[in-house]
Amino acid sequence: MSMPESSAPSAARLEERTARRGPQFASALLLGLLTAPAFPVAGPGLGQALSAAEVAAININVFPNGAGLPPGRGTVADGQALYAARCEACHGIRGSGGSADELAGGAHGLRGNPPDKTIGTYWPYATTLFDYIRRSMPPTAPRSLSDDEVYALTAYLLSLNGIIHGGDTLDAVSLARIRMPNRDGFIPVDAR
Amino acid sequence: MHASEEAQTESDASRSTDQETPARREFLRRGITAGGAAVLAGLAPESRAAAATPQWMTRPGQPFSNYGLPSPHEKAVIRLIAANSAVSGNGLSWTPLHDLEGTLTPNGLHFERHHNGVPQIDPAGHRLYLHGLFERSLSFGVDDLLRYPMVSQQCFIECGGNSNSGWNEEPLQAPAGSLHGLASCSEWTGVPLSVILEECGLHPDAQWLIAEGADAAAMNVSIPIGKARGDALLALYQNGERLRPENGYPLRLVLPGWEGVLSVKWLRRLQAATEPVMARNETARYTELLPSGKARQFTFVIEAKSVITRPSPGQHLAAPGWYPISGLAWSGRGVIKRVEVSTDGGKSWIDANLQTPVLPRCFTRFRLPWRWNGESCILQSRATDETGYVQPTRPALIAERGRHGYFHYNAIVSWEVSEDGSLSHVYA
Repeated sequence: MSMPESSAPSAARLEERTARRGPQFASALLLGLLTAPAFPVAGPGLGQALSAAEVAAININVFPNGAGLPPGRGTVADGQALYAARCEACHGIRGSGGSADELAGGAHGLRGNPPDKTIGTYWPYATTLFDYIRRSMPPTAPRSLSDDEVYALTAYLLSLNGIIHGGDTLDAVSLARIRMPNRDGFIPVDAR
Repeated sequence: MHASEEAQTESDASRSTDQETPARREFLRRGITAGGAAVLAGLAPESRAAAATPQWMTRPGQPFSNYGLPSPHEKAVIRLIAANSAVSGNGLSWTPLHDLEGTLTPNGLHFERHHNGVPQIDPAGHRLYLHGLFERSLSFGVDDLLRYPMVSQQCFIECGGNSNSGWNEEPLQAPAGSLHGLASCSEWTGVPLSVILEECGLHPDAQWLIAEGADAAAMNVSIPIGKARGDALLALYQNGERLRPENGYPLRLVLPGWEGVLSVKWLRRLQAATEPVMARNETARYTELLPSGKARQFTFVIEAKSVITRPSPGQHLAAPGWYPISGLAWSGRGVIKRVEVSTDGGKSWIDANLQTPVLPRCFTRFRLPWRWNGESCILQSRATDETGYVQPTRPALIAERGRHGYFHYNAIVSWEVSEDGSLSHVYA
């Protein structure tokens, strides 16, 4: 998979293109006034160019191959302390669940009745944890965790599920390398 | 007919003789349930003459209003809410399908599913950003988008989790809307997403668009590029007015026929990529665990489905006689071709009338006059769409999917009419 940003044009090229586009579009409009159908099929070209720095500032998507993971690192131990302070009230001790999802401790797997869908038994990608925690958690103060803290919480939740060890540290490289137990547990239905 | 005659009891009205038309009985029934007749019934005999000229004909009415509201007599027609006790903005509210008619959902009653509340967005501070596998990364203000060529598209939006109590072992007792009302139908107006993708210059390697909302969950999902370039809409208007905050103001995606989570509200960002992002809401959620332990993923299309909205649980048949059966059918694959109704638990079926025009990926209203003979019976509806797909029975759906898929429950719904005229939800 190519990196999602790999084809993003440089800011300089963008500016050049935008500069070129302006007069072209203006003349097309003039022409349109004389000859064209009343309803244009294309847009009027009002988009503003985004610089690479602007994109970097807003892009918080993290892909399974690690694309989008920021610099930084976090330990399981740091994550445990953060979890107690920021997560446990809703997700329960050691991810046992409460007003929010059970996150760990799946006792009887996916074929039980009812099945036990936890991070360890169900989630196909570890990168999803980072993506979701960073954008959404905790609900009372989303976007308040630093990237290091998100790495630490991700590490703690993976350790609770027996996927990494208690002494481990996570960063962009080690997180993208993790293969989750249920990685092959999904059947795409309507995707392409 | 005099108003005083209308003040007969419901059983009087329903006991009317065979020369009366079903339409007249319906008129009587509706007049009574609307409340006016009930009020008149309480008047002393000397007041009944005055009631021939009701009080609202004897004094000037209310002045104009800047934004109209339903009659106070309709205050019970509301969205019922179910939210997380610890996170009040994580939950849902249902469209009261059992209280509505026709095919379009009033904006104030469109269902809601929010992951962390309704953001209060100033459109002047909101932009749509497109980046990733494009020739040009661009952003658009809301005022910019309002200058683009627009189209209108009627379609339903249904949450993938709608009707999920159907997987329960026991039928949940609730009004039809609180079982199946995470579905609504509107006319959406906005800019075809394809127009904006064209301006950005989509890279040939781009296979997915990762959409993100500007809510406090920054809700993100992956959308196949085919749908994005097809009928996907950047919606700015709903039923003629700008989007309501709870439906994505100032900008939402609408993907006709696909499960609602993909129609991202408060749309802020679209990243073109070669692969899906594998967001929480396309892996841990909105996937359907099968008995095998494998899970269906990217189940985008809403399959054909129907439900009788009248009569339905919570409503009451006053006495034997004529009643209209009315309900809704819809399919994400296109047009509803046929809706059959059974009043004997599926032993026999009769075709219902479909309200025209029947539009693809829209609510389709079906109706059938029905004479209740006073005996216990089971009402069902069964939809068939243009692909020939027939809405399955509950046993057939469970045989295929098990009971733990949670999402995309579309089996035939059964309402039991008891001898006392009450209705309940049953599995049949």
